[in-house]
Amino acid sequence: MSSSLSLTVALPILIPLLSGALSVAGWRSLRVQRGVALLGTAALLVASILLLHATWQADFLVMEMGNWPAPFGIVLVSDLLGAIMVLLTGITGFATAVYSLSTINERYSRFGYYPLMHLLLAGVNGAFLTGDIFNLYVWFEVMLVASFALLILGGERAQMEGAIKYVTLNLVSSAMFLSAIGLLYGLVGTLNMADIAVKLGEVEDTGLVTVISMLFLVAFGIKAAAFPFFFWLPASYHTPQVAVSALFAGLLTKVGVYSLFRVFTLVFSAAEPLTHTLLLWTAGLTMLTGVLGAAAQFEFRRILSFHIISQIGYMLMGLALAPLSALALVGGIFYIMHHIIVKANLFLISGLVFCLRGSYDLKQLGGLYREKPLLAMLFLIPALSLAGLPPLSGFFAKYIVIRAGVETESWWLVGTALVVGLLTLYSMIKIWAEVFWKAQPEDVDLTPPQTGSLVPLYLTIAGLAALTVCVGLFAQPVFELAERAAEQLLNPSLYIDAVLGGRA
Amino acid sequence: METLMAFVVGVLYATAIYMILRRSIVKLVIGLVLLSNAANLLLFTSAGMTRGAPPLVPQGATVPAGVVADPLAQALILTAIVIGFGVLAFAVVLIRRAYEVVQADDMNQMKDTDT
Repeated sequence: MSSSLSLTVALPILIPLLSGALSVAGWRSLRVQRGVALLGTAALLVASILLLHATWQADFLVMEMGNWPAPFGIVLVSDLLGAIMVLLTGITGFATAVYSLSTINERYSRFGYYPLMHLLLAGVNGAFLTGDIFNLYVWFEVMLVASFALLILGGERAQMEGAIKYVTLNLVSSAMFLSAIGLLYGLVGTLNMADIAVKLGEVEDTGLVTVISMLFLVAFGIKAAAFPFFFWLPASYHTPQVAVSALFAGLLTKVGVYSLFRVFTLVFSAAEPLTHTLLLWTAGLTMLTGVLGAAAQFEFRRILSFHIISQIGYMLMGLALAPLSALALVGGIFYIMHHIIVKANLFLISGLVFCLRGSYDLKQLGGLYREKPLLAMLFLIPALSLAGLPPLSGFFAKYIVIRAGVETESWWLVGTALVVGLLTLYSMIKIWAEVFWKAQPEDVDLTPPQTGSLVPLYLTIAGLAALTVCVGLFAQPVFELAERAAEQLLNPSLYIDAVLGGRA
Repeated sequence: METLMAFVVGVLYATAIYMILRRSIVKLVIGLVLLSNAANLLLFTSAGMTRGAPPLVPQGATVPAGVVADPLAQALILTAIVIGFGVLAFAVVLIRRAYEVVQADDMNQMKDTDT
């Protein structure tokens, strides 16, 4: 492969690392850091579009680090799923950078907000692109350490309490991940995921393979906030700065979901009935507990946090039904694309409401429809999309997943998915009625925080909302993209051949 | 040797989980340290404990002579130890700050964000 193509694979990791370093160099000047953040994330967005374009044409892009051939060296692999995820990271990163222009002030930047943000993006992209299981662990840790520090930026009591739960559960999950890698390496003697997939087929001790796959399921399940491992998420996601919350909500749990998709299609292919049965149950219960948790909440960001959990359930449903129906996997991938954009946007809107009013508590808010009709409309787009109303992106995402459920006659799961969709609509209507529709309660005294111009906030939110509408209106090309990505996942031999070059 | 190490790993995991389940945040962090060490030791043991020469290829040959130890597992553990050390440093600062803010080292008093 030509060197320019392989550079395309590395750029989405190199750009944020470089802009992070530049950001450290400009520590003293907020202006420099903002400029670097805008330029860096814009460059990342361009690089990720190029990567998706190149991957679309070549199917797989493989870069061998230091020219050590796989399986001996570490490889970066971009298949369509990875490239799609990198593009979504680019979009979320750029949106957050624009949004941070007026919400991140001197105080937060002095604690290193910008370098950490770049580091987080590098970690996330690294996890999406690596073809080596231990390398995946390392990128996970890069991402986690950055997220730990971002979570406690500001040092308020709620942040400390949330961070202890977040840190503990994520470290437990990392230890399990590492143990699983250790056992796997002892079993097959290789770390390259494609090579593992080949060698696992020859292993006779299937009991140990099941143990390892369960360890991966639990480790990634914690990261993805699947039932019953999700408790760290609603305890922590509403505590940091909104720009940080949006970044987390869009990307972090999705890295867990991505790893589940990767490991359970490539490494432990459909031959593992136990894990897929467990995934089915997990998917249904994740949807249900998430949405029920949200129904009980009256804090803007906590409602949204619980909805992340319930949406993860739909993605897992796509993965769990994948051995029975290819359409399910298409739906799962489509769902991830839709979810990242919509969820990040909803968090950003909650931040804008906070800038206007000074509270996240639904009971203290009100009257925003009369005052800011534009904002109300901008809220409705992602909110209705999350609930799955046509013609927005969420409708198609839910439709494909549920259609796959009907095809495979998983009636219980289909029923749950439909009920959860309704309850999501209920939650969104609750926010609409409390924040926008009802009159502002008169007995509460709120002081809005000091912020810069609100224009960047509106721009970000409008941009992401426009993207949601576009994914809905032009669902056909997006569907084709998801379909090809799913095809690649369902034929692991393609990935294996691309990485090992027919040497296996 | 492997059997002995297996028992050590098991005891480490058990102690770690016991410590994580305690209410004190200091013990929680000790539990996390033990957990990461248990995982490292598991990695070390399951990769095979061969007593062998360093994996150096003699001049002119393409494969090392005789029995060699697997260097990859050790490289992995080295990476994992460094990562674990960094994360531990963060956790220690975090519990210190949490103690300053909450004025208690009791997990039961850190439930504000749970409901």
